[in-house]
Amino acid sequence: MSHVSEDDLVLLHYREDAGEDAGAHVASCEECAARLRALAETLSLATAPDAPERGDDYGAQVWARLRPQLGLPEPGLESPKVVPFRRPLWPRAAAFAALAAALVLAFLLGRRFPAEPQPLSAEVRERVLLVAVGEHLERSQMVLIELANAPAGEVMNVSAQRTVADELVSSGRLYREAAVRSGDPALAAVLEELERVLVEVAAGPEALQPADLEKLQQRIESRGLLFKVRVVGTQVRERETERLPRPLTTS
Amino acid sequence: MDDATAVAQARAGDSEAFRLLVERHSRALFKLAYRMTGNEHDAEDVVQEAFLKAYRSLDRFEERSQVSSWLYRIASNCAFDVLRRRQRRDNPTDSLDVEDAPELAAATPGPHRLALGGDVRRSLEAALETMSARERAAFVLRHFEGRSVKEIELALGLDTTAVKQSVCRAVRKARQVLRPLAGTVS
Repeated sequence: MSHVSEDDLVLLHYREDAGEDAGAHVASCEECAARLRALAETLSLATAPDAPERGDDYGAQVWARLRPQLGLPEPGLESPKVVPFRRPLWPRAAAFAALAAALVLAFLLGRRFPAEPQPLSAEVRERVLLVAVGEHLERSQMVLIELANAPAGEVMNVSAQRTVADELVSSGRLYREAAVRSGDPALAAVLEELERVLVEVAAGPEALQPADLEKLQQRIESRGLLFKVRVVGTQVRERETERLPRPLTTS
Repeated sequence: MDDATAVAQARAGDSEAFRLLVERHSRALFKLAYRMTGNEHDAEDVVQEAFLKAYRSLDRFEERSQVSSWLYRIASNCAFDVLRRRQRRDNPTDSLDVEDAPELAAATPGPHRLALGGDVRRSLEAALETMSARERAAFVLRHFEGRSVKEIELALGLDTTAVKQSVCRAVRKARQVLRPLAGTVS
């Protein structure tokens, strides 16, 4: 038999099936045995990279981020969450978001139960969705900007951002679902990416330590998230404008 | 509560049982995800995504399986998806079917230079960067994680031939970088 191929040596090294004769050949061929030893010696240098340490509470942190994504209520809340009155950052936007979420729900219900009487035409519902998503992206953008521009090396009080993020997570999920249903995967993908950061903010502490703030900023920056949100926001606004009723002309 | 009981209870709608699984397995999945993706943020996303998928597929969990292996498979697959997306993003003209990414070419002397400099860790990282998504995933699972070809097939959804080829190509790339260091590092 001719000497064993490099690939078969690799498979033999990992004790995988390399064909019937390969193992027998190496056992009787000093040259191939030496090649196998050399391979093992080289590969012994390839040790697993050290993963950054995660503390004992890491699982709890993952769970805190995961819980809203699974649609589970906050711990200790038996009924759906009632958000107490707080000083809103953007009162008009907050009120609009609530209205928009209700309208989007109507949009989804309309899709789900098409046999029911439709109070709104498909065109109007689509425009409502676009307006709602546009508003959602604008508010999200403001949260991202505040976080991204926060001074490094200082503890940041993010209670206001947490409140807004918490509201945006719920409405964002509805919009994402609507985007998927209306066949807009690009928008759905950005909303999903955005949701992850918002969930992290909403589930995080009120006082963000410098290291955590830096991580969050890196995360926003490394994904170009702010840019993506701006681009998608602009596209949504353009689509929204396109669907505005044409003004009547007299000529 | 053991893992199997936790899965059974989570299936019955007990979210606290699922929380137990998340808290128990997150660190191991993070380590795996980091080794596969080489990126902390991506690894975080993989962990999150893996548990989301696990939650949605609780009904498909086979009771005779190990919960840790099931989660491991899901996380491996999520990490593989991340690698493929990265490959598509960085090399949009590459066909994902063409996995035979070029061996370390003269145009990319970085790993060689690093190897000659004696920096094994950075050389290996550079070699991993030259691997295709499939090669990297298969290599990490086979070499670092000690998973068999059969297990890798299940985790990545590939056939035996594809897994073996990917491992062999990845080893060639790693070896090219590490060979000069063999015998010089104790």
